[in-house]
Amino acid sequence: MSTKASRSAARLMLAPAVILLLGWMLVPLTLTLIFSFQRYLPLRGGFQGWVGFENYVRFVTSSAFWPSVQATVIIVGGVLLITVTLGILLAILLDQPMWGQGIVRILVIAPFFVMPTVSGLVWKNMFMDPNNGLLSHLWRFFGADPVIWLSDASMLSIILIVSWQWLPFATLILLTAIQSLDSEQLEAAEMDGAPVLSRFWHIILPHLSRAVTIVILIQTIFLLAIFAEIFVTTQGSFGTRTLTYLIFQRVLESQNVGLGSAGGIYAVILANIFALFLMRIVGKNLDR
Amino acid sequence: MGQIVLEQVTKSFGDVTVIPPLDLTIEDGEFTVFVGPSGCGKSTLLRLIAGLEDVTSGEIRIDGKECSTIPPAKRGLAMVFQSYALYPHMTVRKNIAFPLRMAGLDRAEQDRRVVQAAAVLNLTDYLDRRPGQLSGGQRQRVAIGRAIVREPAAFLFDEPLSNLDAALRVGMRLEISELHNRLKTTMIYVTHDQVEAMTMADKIVVLRAGHIEQVGSPLQLYRAPRNLFVAGFIGSPKMNLIEGPEAARHNATTIGIRPEHIAISATEGRWSGTVGVSEHLGSDTFFHVQDTGLGESVTVRADGEVSFRHGDRIFLTPRDDMIHRFDAKGLRIA
Amino acid sequence: MARTVRTHRKTLNTALAWGIGLMMFFPILWTMLTSFKTEAQAISDPPVWFFFDWTLENYRVVQERSNYSRFLWNSIIIAGGSTVLGMIIAIPAAWSMAFVPSNRTKDILLWMLSTKMLPAVGVLYPIYLIFIQLGLLDTRIGLTIVLMLINLPIMVWMLYTYFKEIPGEILEAARMDGAGLREEILYVLTPMAIPGIASTVLLNIILAWNEAFWTLNLTAARAAPLTAFIASYSSPEGLFYAKLSAASTMAIAPILILGWFSQKQLVRGLTFGAVK
Repeated sequence: MSTKASRSAARLMLAPAVILLLGWMLVPLTLTLIFSFQRYLPLRGGFQGWVGFENYVRFVTSSAFWPSVQATVIIVGGVLLITVTLGILLAILLDQPMWGQGIVRILVIAPFFVMPTVSGLVWKNMFMDPNNGLLSHLWRFFGADPVIWLSDASMLSIILIVSWQWLPFATLILLTAIQSLDSEQLEAAEMDGAPVLSRFWHIILPHLSRAVTIVILIQTIFLLAIFAEIFVTTQGSFGTRTLTYLIFQRVLESQNVGLGSAGGIYAVILANIFALFLMRIVGKNLDR
Repeated sequence: MGQIVLEQVTKSFGDVTVIPPLDLTIEDGEFTVFVGPSGCGKSTLLRLIAGLEDVTSGEIRIDGKECSTIPPAKRGLAMVFQSYALYPHMTVRKNIAFPLRMAGLDRAEQDRRVVQAAAVLNLTDYLDRRPGQLSGGQRQRVAIGRAIVREPAAFLFDEPLSNLDAALRVGMRLEISELHNRLKTTMIYVTHDQVEAMTMADKIVVLRAGHIEQVGSPLQLYRAPRNLFVAGFIGSPKMNLIEGPEAARHNATTIGIRPEHIAISATEGRWSGTVGVSEHLGSDTFFHVQDTGLGESVTVRADGEVSFRHGDRIFLTPRDDMIHRFDAKGLRIA
Repeated sequence: MARTVRTHRKTLNTALAWGIGLMMFFPILWTMLTSFKTEAQAISDPPVWFFFDWTLENYRVVQERSNYSRFLWNSIIIAGGSTVLGMIIAIPAAWSMAFVPSNRTKDILLWMLSTKMLPAVGVLYPIYLIFIQLGLLDTRIGLTIVLMLINLPIMVWMLYTYFKEIPGEILEAARMDGAGLREEILYVLTPMAIPGIASTVLLNIILAWNEAFWTLNLTAARAAPLTAFIASYSSPEGLFYAKLSAASTMAIAPILILGWFSQKQLVRGLTFGAVK
């Protein structure tokens, strides 16, 4: 449905969005790429010459690199495991008939709308504080020594906080996916005599597989970029320095822009690997 | 006024040619029906005339004025869409007034014309409803109302009745014909239903794969189909097409005989066969006669009172003056 | 018999779901409750639940001491501004891709999505540098532009999926009826797409309000929104739980309410239409 006139109008109206996003992507990315080949210390003499791939090598060989990769993998993996598993169970539960379904749904998804700095600080102080936190009250109530969460169990704490924020997202999407399941399919299976567990295994789970993949991909992309939760809690100490946080420190705290930029390029590549998978799924969806 | 002339019009989407060069003249005041199987290009042709698609080459003249690059709004045509395409967020009144509002008519004039159109279309009681609260037939009338208030040079209808149920379709068919008789404005009507074409048209344009197969009045097409395609497409039930020795006896590759032009008898006739399925319509009965030795089964129309049973042996005699002859290329032999 | 089993199961479901729901909501509830306590009650062991001296003191102190309303105002301007600006750019873009698709439309859509995947930290310094050069650092306009840009792909995508559901024939009818492009978008498309546009706006406000990478890194004092204001509580002095709770409650309450309205659309927006 189109004529030359409407096609040229369409191009004109698409242009601002495309140009802005192109600029937003290309300009900073090009700068980062350029910086990554420089020795560039803004507070200590600025530009100090081209160094080729030295920053890339130094970034991966620095003692902080592998621990940061490890921290990233553990946090992303841990959060994914918790949110997807609990998300599926919770979605199935919420799909069952019950009283006050709407209200329960609202209660469950609420954490997603809490800004990251608030959830970081509320958990850090009011729950995980070893002296005054609610969890330490609880531990003492049972006669146990309170856990010093953010230093002794720092990873677990971060995973817990972030999972609390993202479980609603997983639940909501999986619930939407479950609700799109044709109820006649389930009834047919029930007529065929399939017990509850095998209905879950052979019908519900395969139906959810696409939604689960999408949840995993989208969450991975956001979780790789987690920042504020760490910024307001551990500041990257106690082994919680993720790749994102490491790059942030190199760039803004120690102002080693060249090194940080090399790290940034790594992060871009990493994110793009996941983005590629996500885009293939979304792209297929477009064709339908 | 509303004469529409297409000259060497072509349309291709990328490498695919939908309309090869095509010439057609639609006279002022004519009710022209484009008919053909789905994918024959009839809707594309209508959209080219409307200006919703660009012609790839060629000219479209409306009242002598070359229009092929003019935007749809400026061509002075009105269109009724298959889905009615009513604006769901506007009342019937606002829907009908929309083209007038776009044309910048003053409020009083808008109202006057809307009320007038509503009276013509029996929509007066529904003016303040939304399209969602109307039945299919009412929506159809609103779409027509939106078209007539503009007083266009020509109306374009794109399969307007295909979303209606059978009973309503007959009624709307009459209403549209009635409208044409009253307005005497040029109308171009696209349909795949040859019954609609036969009953409504002054002039039928039969299309296949973008080509015009034949142009003529309904009776011209019925009496003298130019080729096998038109012969098979116009008329219901379909014309019987017979090849082989029987055709050769008439010096043709294929002969055609309509079901209504075959006499049926229990005792004697030129062809014989056994009765297969019979379709009783009350007024008429259609027998599908098998094993006639003529190739496919032959459909025969008989009076509603004639009754044969499945498997009965019967005799058929075609009316010789009603036999259509076609050559090896499928063209009519005069 | 079957009925009783059903009711029995329903009761069980209800109990379980409410238990989990309350657990998930508890941190928020606790924060809200604590915001009405005195600092001493806020840390008391055993904790006090509902029977304490409800006070609005914390809210008053937060406002007085740290000028809360300034941060709130920044948040509103930045979230609102980036949304309005984004919609002005996204609506025409989504229109053209939904109704005049070309063979490149799919590629453009996916490419837009890919810009959303760009890790912020990878371009932190260049943006920082550009902001300094242009004098945008710690300004509301600078942050508004950045948040508009990071959410633009989501806006375009969401609108695109909504527009796709509007039959093209209606827009063609408008064209036949004499509407120009402007009238077509203004009088026909936009009113029909109001629900979709509203939910896009809603989701975008939520995302912009809660954004906590650029807002933390590109602001200092003047343009800092609530995310940055709350972050300042990470190195507190003295007893502060009740005040932190009051500040947090004020920061999340408006968005919680908006969020509850937009939960359905959220799925579509955040999965780029892949789950509806």
